[in-house]
Amino acid sequence: MMSEHATIGVFLVLTLVFPVAAMIAAWMFRAKPKSSEEKLLPYECGVDTQGPSWMRFKINYFIYALVFLAFDVETIFLYPWAVKFQSLGLFAFAEMIIFVAILAVGLWYAWKEGAFKWY
Amino acid sequence: METIFIDIAEFLTSWMVGLGLAPLWADLIITILQWAVIVLIITVNTIVLVWMERKVSGFIQERIGPNRLGPFGAFQTIADTLKLLTKEDIVPARADKLIFKTAPMFFIIVSVMLYAVLPLGNNMAVVNLNVGLFYFISLGSLSTICLLMAGWGSNNKWSLVGAMRSVAQMISYEIPLAFSLLGVVMIAGSLNLSDIVTAQNRLWFIILQPVAFIVYFIAATAELNRGPFDMPEAEQELTAGAYTEYTGMRWALFFLAEYTNLVAVSALAATLFFGGGQGPLLPSWLWIIIKTYLIMLVFMWMKWTFPRIRMDHLLSFSWKVLIPVSLANILVTGAGLELFRWMGW
Repeated sequence: MMSEHATIGVFLVLTLVFPVAAMIAAWMFRAKPKSSEEKLLPYECGVDTQGPSWMRFKINYFIYALVFLAFDVETIFLYPWAVKFQSLGLFAFAEMIIFVAILAVGLWYAWKEGAFKWY
Repeated sequence: METIFIDIAEFLTSWMVGLGLAPLWADLIITILQWAVIVLIITVNTIVLVWMERKVSGFIQERIGPNRLGPFGAFQTIADTLKLLTKEDIVPARADKLIFKTAPMFFIIVSVMLYAVLPLGNNMAVVNLNVGLFYFISLGSLSTICLLMAGWGSNNKWSLVGAMRSVAQMISYEIPLAFSLLGVVMIAGSLNLSDIVTAQNRLWFIILQPVAFIVYFIAATAELNRGPFDMPEAEQELTAGAYTEYTGMRWALFFLAEYTNLVAVSALAATLFFGGGQGPLLPSWLWIIIKTYLIMLVFMWMKWTFPRIRMDHLLSFSWKVLIPVSLANILVTGAGLELFRWMGW
């Protein structure tokens, strides 16, 4: 028997082959006309592109990402706790109330500071 | 009928060992076969699903939908697939070529990898992983990066706006998604998907965790970038967002991955909330197919019924409604479990 993680590894290696095979199949069948400079321009509904596309972007997205980071780390902590919840008893329950309270305070603080406001 | 696929696998293994092959190699070959079957299911399923989606949307909008090729237009998607195979491959001159080309490949790899842990029937997961649910969530969140790669690599303004929107949306809805599943994990006491199915022997978790299911369903719709949460790829205003510059097979891979994710998320919902392969008369693998298809039908129904939600409303809905609700759900579930134990159930 292979170990579980070895099977996942085999699965990953096989899956890596799949899109490559699909691209090779497409390469065999697809039309390959000559391309022109115009064709390879970025698509902007027929209008010529103005300025760079790789530029500074709206700050809101960054703030959401920042709050997400904090909460995602909490998620990782909560999963092992949830698995062991029933065997840990009342201790786990008290711990959970404290932990969820901390999360709620964090959410309230982000909310109060206007992280979820759209400027 | 119940154990037909397991019997086939066992028969093949014993046959190969009988031929003098080491058990390890026989195992490897079985894994390869399982992978091939899963990829076959995914591709055929996508063809059926695209047809189904068009028929459902036609039904909802009082149109006929595809009806020319084959009975009820069933061959329409096959023709579309063949057309996509022959389409020219355009890589924009100013794109970041490596990122542009690898984005769709990573996307499909991530979505196929989800199927490694899904139990497609009793004892029918490829790997019965002890952290199965966590594996599913962590891999599923990787698709965010693929969309960002596609949007950034295209060097196109539509793509960038679309990618930024999908990243903001997917990371916002990932937290309620993960939190809502915690209630299920607390009751089942395991992250192993087969164990969670077994824990539902007496009562399906949809009855014990209705709030968790609703939060999961909404968050999953947003994770899939499906309507009414399809702001990142709104055709009418963003010309398909991150997919704008993609043509032919690369675009087809994105499309395939989206539908693959849809099936995976629906199958997970069936596993966690609707008792997986449990049901009367029919074998377990057929039950899970029926349940998955019913859930996907609801996804399609939602997509074609509700209008798109504005971007800021969409994000604040996740942070101001879904996350508090799912946190409260964890508290209530914990208190309920404590109460039941105290009462000696």
